Amino acid sequence: MTQPSREVLQKLTPVLTKRWLSPDAWMMDVYERLDGYAALRKALDVHPDDLIQLIKDSGLRGRGGAGFPTGLKWSFIPQGDGKPHYLVINADEGEPGTCKDLPLMTLDPHSLIEGAIIASYAIRSNRAFIYIRGEAVHAARRLRSAVDEAYAKGYLGRNILGTGFDLDLVVHSGAGAYICGEETALLDSLEGFRGQPRLRPPFPAIAGLYASPTVVNNVGTIASVPYIVLGGADWWKSMGTEKSSGPMIYSLSGRIANPGQYECGLGITLRELIELAGGMKPGHNLKFWTPGGSSTPLLTAEHIDTAMDFEGVAAAGSILGTTAMQIFSDQDCPVYATWRWLEFYHHESCGKCTPCREGNYWLVRTYRRILSGHGTYADLDTMQDTADNIFGRSFCGLGDGAATPVISTLKYFRQDYLDYIEGRTAPRLSEKALVGAH
Amino acid sequence: MSDTTVEFSAAAAPLAELLGSALEIIARYPAGRERSALLPLLHLVQTEEGFVSPTGVAFCAEVLGINKAQVGAVATFYTMYKRKPTGEYLVSVCTNTLCNVLGGQEVYDGLVEHLGVGHDQTTPDGKITLEHAECLAACDYAPVVTVNYDFAIDQATPDAAVTLVEQLRGGERPAPTRGARLCSLKEMQLQLAGFADARDGAVADGPAGAPTLRGVTLAQEHGIAVANFNPDTPIAKTKPAREGQPAATEEKK
Repeated sequence: MTQPSREVLQKLTPVLTKRWLSPDAWMMDVYERLDGYAALRKALDVHPDDLIQLIKDSGLRGRGGAGFPTGLKWSFIPQGDGKPHYLVINADEGEPGTCKDLPLMTLDPHSLIEGAIIASYAIRSNRAFIYIRGEAVHAARRLRSAVDEAYAKGYLGRNILGTGFDLDLVVHSGAGAYICGEETALLDSLEGFRGQPRLRPPFPAIAGLYASPTVVNNVGTIASVPYIVLGGADWWKSMGTEKSSGPMIYSLSGRIANPGQYECGLGITLRELIELAGGMKPGHNLKFWTPGGSSTPLLTAEHIDTAMDFEGVAAAGSILGTTAMQIFSDQDCPVYATWRWLEFYHHESCGKCTPCREGNYWLVRTYRRILSGHGTYADLDTMQDTADNIFGRSFCGLGDGAATPVISTLKYFRQDYLDYIEGRTAPRLSEKALVGAH
Repeated sequence: MSDTTVEFSAAAAPLAELLGSALEIIARYPAGRERSALLPLLHLVQTEEGFVSPTGVAFCAEVLGINKAQVGAVATFYTMYKRKPTGEYLVSVCTNTLCNVLGGQEVYDGLVEHLGVGHDQTTPDGKITLEHAECLAACDYAPVVTVNYDFAIDQATPDAAVTLVEQLRGGERPAPTRGARLCSLKEMQLQLAGFADARDGAVADGPAGAPTLRGVTLAQEHGIAVANFNPDTPIAKTKPAREGQPAATEEKK
């Protein structure tokens, strides 16, 4: 393990993670002692339009993967339309590699609730939902406890802090479907249906939950709002880059000395993050990595100095995604890794769009054949063709996400595939494993 | 339909005592949008039966005034609605890529061999239902094992997993690494249906793990903070907070 240099340590920006060091910050009185609900008081003292402008000025972009400007999204909600407006928080964290929202909701749930109240006030919503992944039971436990405390304190409910603003907030647990992290599938699920994506347009800002104007934001996005309200747009922009402002929680996992959550200004590089994490594990050399979860095209050791912001990662041919960096070494096989991701996408495909449903079914089978030592050269063409026919041909990003590791490993690691086909790599899957696989 | 009285058919009647909880769930959603309660209601019926049985489907359908096919279509879509009886503990091993290459597959295979059951199967003593799970959002602790969805083992090994299931089968409830003290799977379903964990101290259980705190601890150790944070930074105001009411403290209702 190596010690990070002072220069790299200076890139840490503990903002959203700062309260995590206070073990009882999930409780109201502790949260209030640590600046808690000060932003709400400040926000309720200005007009909602001025709040939207503040968020626009801060340059805050969505933390769920797409990076859409948050203030702009809020401003799309038509005002004076006579319809109810909804805020729906996407807490369905499940993108492989991502582990930043669960600790935030477990250790600092009030920051999300405070952000939700401010955001609801800004978009003139009187009802907000937190759609939390079903499996995230401890985060949900803390969140429900915090919501009860917020009602008891008058931060939720009728006539909040005497301003006449009303808000009800419901924590709604999902039931184990990765697809519900896609915002329109999430809305269908919240309405009590199978979680299947909707065709857009209309976008949720016009016809979202119950066909009413709806803002769907990620946990990290909403939890950022109280800090911007307190510290101001200029302070927020003092972190990150010009087009990707603010701090971001990077989830580092895999073959590094100290996996964990590292909050840094957007634009830090993998090289610097690995340094913060104490270097690679002894005996391991970086081979491939996901910049933002398994749905983002893989990058390799040559991309180690890519700026990890929305523009930098896009320029390298990938997507910033959820900044979930799964780090693999020369002791890991990209073909095996991709197969395992495909088993996941195959299982999680909702079945609505034929390319995703059928394509993943056949890709999984082709990978199993290669990994069991029975692959052919034609399989490589079949995989490329199948992936090309999934990509961009489904309603939502799940299909693209599934095709992504296939396309990127065929591009960067074709030799690893050939090694299985030509017998230089021993089969990873036995006939027995194939029988049991599903 | 969310009347306080529901005439249950014979198919749904065995679960009639859940009506009070069901109505509480329905009341969380806007009038006319009762169907939003379907996911929590499906969790609720599992508190009694441990899975979504035809009785559970009928109960949800009759409480919401929709048909059984509509409920069944939803119940079969989601992994957490089980379609056959489950054990007291659901043991899930993450075998998605990251956990997998760090040993999750060996942990899962070890449990299959030790327990003599496969994915989504329950031991004959009714104690353990085993499953391999997809990414559980804890890659910094890989490989991970959960019990009734609470993180039970971090950096799991086959031996640690076998020890855990043997403790569970022996009637013990070892403390999870980062979750609340264990309850039964049926009891957990009540929380999934949206009800608070009523057990004294359970919400406070589960310390934050070192990997979660790694970055912020590093910053603290080296005295690093974000400069120039002033919580009193003014927000530019172009109009009064509330129309016709320049004073922010004045009440509207």
